[in-house]
Amino acid sequence: MLVYGTELRSRLLLGTAQYPSPAVLAEAVRASGAEVVTVSLRREGVAGGGQGFWQLVRDLGVRVLPNTAGCHTVKEAVTTARMAREVFSTPWIKLEVIGEDDTLQPDVFGLVEAARILSAEGFQVFPYTTDDLVVAGRLLDAGCQVLMPWGAPIGSGRGINNPYALRSLRAHFPNVPLVVDAGIGLPSHAAQAMELGYDAVLLNTAVARAGDPVRMARAMARAVEAGRLAFEADPMEARDMAAPSSPVIGMPVFGA
Amino acid sequence: MDFPSADFPPTAATPRVLVIGAGVTGLVAATVLAERGARVSVIHRPDPAGRASHFAGGMLAPWCEAADASPAVAAEGEASIPWWQARFAGTHRAGSLVLASPRDQGELDRFARRTARHQALDAAAVAALEPDLAGRFPRGLFFPEEAHLDPRAALAALADRLAARSATIGEGEAESFPDDGFDHVLDCRGHAAAPDWPALRGVRGEMLLLRCPEVTLARPVRLLHPRIPLYIVPRGGGIFMVGATMVESADRRPVTARAAMELLNAAYALHPAFAEAEILEMGSNIRPALPDNLPDLRREGRVLRLNGMYRHGFLLAPALAERAAALLLGRSATMASLPAASPKKGEA
Repeated sequence: MLVYGTELRSRLLLGTAQYPSPAVLAEAVRASGAEVVTVSLRREGVAGGGQGFWQLVRDLGVRVLPNTAGCHTVKEAVTTARMAREVFSTPWIKLEVIGEDDTLQPDVFGLVEAARILSAEGFQVFPYTTDDLVVAGRLLDAGCQVLMPWGAPIGSGRGINNPYALRSLRAHFPNVPLVVDAGIGLPSHAAQAMELGYDAVLLNTAVARAGDPVRMARAMARAVEAGRLAFEADPMEARDMAAPSSPVIGMPVFGA
Repeated sequence: MDFPSADFPPTAATPRVLVIGAGVTGLVAATVLAERGARVSVIHRPDPAGRASHFAGGMLAPWCEAADASPAVAAEGEASIPWWQARFAGTHRAGSLVLASPRDQGELDRFARRTARHQALDAAAVAALEPDLAGRFPRGLFFPEEAHLDPRAALAALADRLAARSATIGEGEAESFPDDGFDHVLDCRGHAAAPDWPALRGVRGEMLLLRCPEVTLARPVRLLHPRIPLYIVPRGGGIFMVGATMVESADRRPVTARAAMELLNAAYALHPAFAEAEILEMGSNIRPALPDNLPDLRREGRVLRLNGMYRHGFLLAPALAERAAALLLGRSATMASLPAASPKKGEA
């Protein structure tokens, strides 16, 4: 997968929140084979006090995709993105503008506006968005070169709520890297996203809150790989054999 | 500061130990050392509110903690309950109650799967345990063997016991303390020791103290939530501690508005009468944590460092203090010890 000129071999991106410990996080990242991890600046690192944790994340030796989780306005998101660029020395930013506190559903209006501002400042924006086709187009217009629609609300683990919408996005933007971000609870969900032709999957809670995060990280890695291979293999179409397609009169009877 | 070093020169029979830090780690270690016959001096910084222990929940909840912590926490933490019961009369063994809002019942199932030694409660059983919560929660989990205490009172009690054993406790900085006369130094400074232990990081916690005489709870209540699990611990006299946030930050700013809202929301979700509570205190401090979120011991010459209690100070300090004492005084621990110290994962 090529995003903003960077070639990624792993199609699994991992969040770094909610693990039982940084040691478990580090092991899970290794087991997942992920080359990119996301990290929150706002919740975790109030006023720069997050250095300890950020250093642990840097020490993972993978690419860091800082995010603006917890930002509710364009202004907060833009400020947090600028801070992230300083802290992690990267133009990458996973842009989240939260519109609703309970579901953490994106405010797509604020998202497009913040994406425009940040792209103009040279950021390489990874927008966390809904599966809305028109919003996706607006984000591309704003300068985004990758889209990260949700499968379901953050942390819900519900899987892909609307496969039709995700299929539609894939069909409309065949050349844009598409990452299903949020909602994945099980490896089967991750595989389904990849079977739809998505380029990658970003998840956090499904691994972090599993009883054995390291094992689940491994499971997710394999599911992502399986789903991708299946997509590339051009799977068969499901057939409806419940209704016979031709009359069954004159069935040959052999013997007896 | 006046330590009686001139009066009783140290002998091999009564080793002299300097404990740095008077949070739960330092005072429990000092207590264990004094009980084993060491002559103990404790030095600490002046401000009790600078200690993470001052803001602790005081739950002795090894089985609940197992939901998200290493199994070692439950295994080592169990012994803390009789340890505190034997030394602090305010240790209440009334169990813990775990509840979730109707929407988050799935969290209760997860919690039950990850933990042991609990009983499933229906609405009537919840009401029987905590009458003030009647009709508010369809089901819950009860951990009957767990206990709780008021951390500030418990640490004051330990300080009194130490004084009764002729241990000295005084204010001072480790750097300014005279180097001579002590056989051992035990560094229990918590996050303040980070410059000497680079893998230590701070995990910020925020808490509230509320007075709400309208509500009576006999035991700590944990309220599960997918993102913000919180707990409420009764302190007696209508006072409740509501805690605690977990933020990967060593920031020492006062409680944020967001944290206060989350904590107050939790109290309100438990019982609407908390809307009328007085806010007695809002506090924040820094938990010292190592990469695996488990405590550890590290020896550097004459100095033994005990740190990384994370959110388990009152729960794990007794077991770790026994181990420290065994290392310093050369006698076998009387309690189950943690596995032999090994390099921490992720630590340089």
